[in-house]
Amino acid sequence: MLGYIDKIREISKGLLKDGKVDMIVGFRKGTAPLMNEPCRIVRADDTEHLVWDSNCGINLANYLANRKEKIGIVAKGCDSRNIVTHIIENKIKRDQLVIIGVPCKGMVDKFKLNRMADGEILEASEDEQSVTIKGEGFEKTVKKADVLQENCAVCTHRNPVIHDVMAADPVEEQKDIDPYAGVKAVEAMSTEEKRNYFDELTSACIRCYACRNACPLCYCPTCFVDESAPQWLGKTLDHVDTQTFHFLRAYHCAGRCTDCGACERACPMEIKVREFTKKLNKDCLELYGWEAGLTLEQRPPLDTFKLDDRENFIM
Amino acid sequence: MSDWEPKIVCFFCNWCTYGAADLAGVGRMEHPANTRVIRLPCSGRVSPKFILAALREGADGVWVSGCHPGDCHYIEGNYYARRKFALMKDLLEHMGMDPGRVQFSWISSAESTKYVDVAKKVIESIKELGPNTFFNKTQAKVA
Repeated sequence: MLGYIDKIREISKGLLKDGKVDMIVGFRKGTAPLMNEPCRIVRADDTEHLVWDSNCGINLANYLANRKEKIGIVAKGCDSRNIVTHIIENKIKRDQLVIIGVPCKGMVDKFKLNRMADGEILEASEDEQSVTIKGEGFEKTVKKADVLQENCAVCTHRNPVIHDVMAADPVEEQKDIDPYAGVKAVEAMSTEEKRNYFDELTSACIRCYACRNACPLCYCPTCFVDESAPQWLGKTLDHVDTQTFHFLRAYHCAGRCTDCGACERACPMEIKVREFTKKLNKDCLELYGWEAGLTLEQRPPLDTFKLDDRENFIM
Repeated sequence: MSDWEPKIVCFFCNWCTYGAADLAGVGRMEHPANTRVIRLPCSGRVSPKFILAALREGADGVWVSGCHPGDCHYIEGNYYARRKFALMKDLLEHMGMDPGRVQFSWISSAESTKYVDVAKKVIESIKELGPNTFFNKTQAKVA
């Protein structure tokens, strides 16, 4: 996975030099360790700033909505699924894009690493199997598999579903994992337990809307949280307002969410916001046989119907 | 709380359930007066926002009713609604809403007897659940 970068730079440089794209959207090294930042490269000489390692968890499809330029985009499995969603939803045209597919073996969770560190992490390095974090007076090496983002640990679409060039050969997809184990555990709870579980889950929420901003699906010109007439959502930290926000945010992603984990990664309070979207993903799969972003041919589940859809809950 | 009566916000489709309620009235049929009806052009118009807003403002239950599948005035509005409701109800219950707090039905404009039956059932079941505390904003409203 670390070796991909030379190929990514080479492809990007070629695309910019030949004028096939106006910009490359990719990652460059961030100012803090474990935090690569998204960047836009417009000159072929600058492609050397591009990086690729296990800290590229941000979903780059977020930067495509309504763009008019020709764009080369570095896309791992989940990014590519969000690009498909964008194309379906007419946020960008397929012929505007040159997709540089990158097979992905999962991104590391900086929160997990921070918890393991005995102080502030000042430096981080990695090889194929492990990550080393260093700070004042400590140095630790941990296996990557132990510190993967939770969505990456249960990812079943590591290879890009849509691409023009690949930066490497496809990796093996994970098998024999249950992506919905967490949802099933909550489903088994009683009503009271569920309510307490979600109250507890969102109790730390400061309503910064970072989860919304990080999400490539959230591109409405005016978000429901900002609407004031009618005001669907109170601006307070009252837990009803917070729960309403989380419910509606998740519901807006119903049948569109690719479980890229950008929301959870962006949350400063480490709230497991995927708990909401995962339930909808599971329902969409079970009721409508749908996983978001896998095909350009089908309409998403809430934009279509079947005559025999489930209606046992309707009198 | 012995004299407590539930408030139930009803979102009815203009072309069917609303007409059925009207017909029930013309026919002098009776059901308990716990319903507050909001008329919409189609059950497909119902957004989860409406339902959450009703609960937040103090409704003890929500009842959404539209045309039978195949009878939609707009041909297919209720088919989309059906998918929306399925996901919405599942997620609400996943988050800890009592099953039965939000109810759905298909009632055509000729089915005044079905309307009265379902209304009684909805009111009865929500009465059993008691006052709603889920998504109910009891604090002073800060706008």
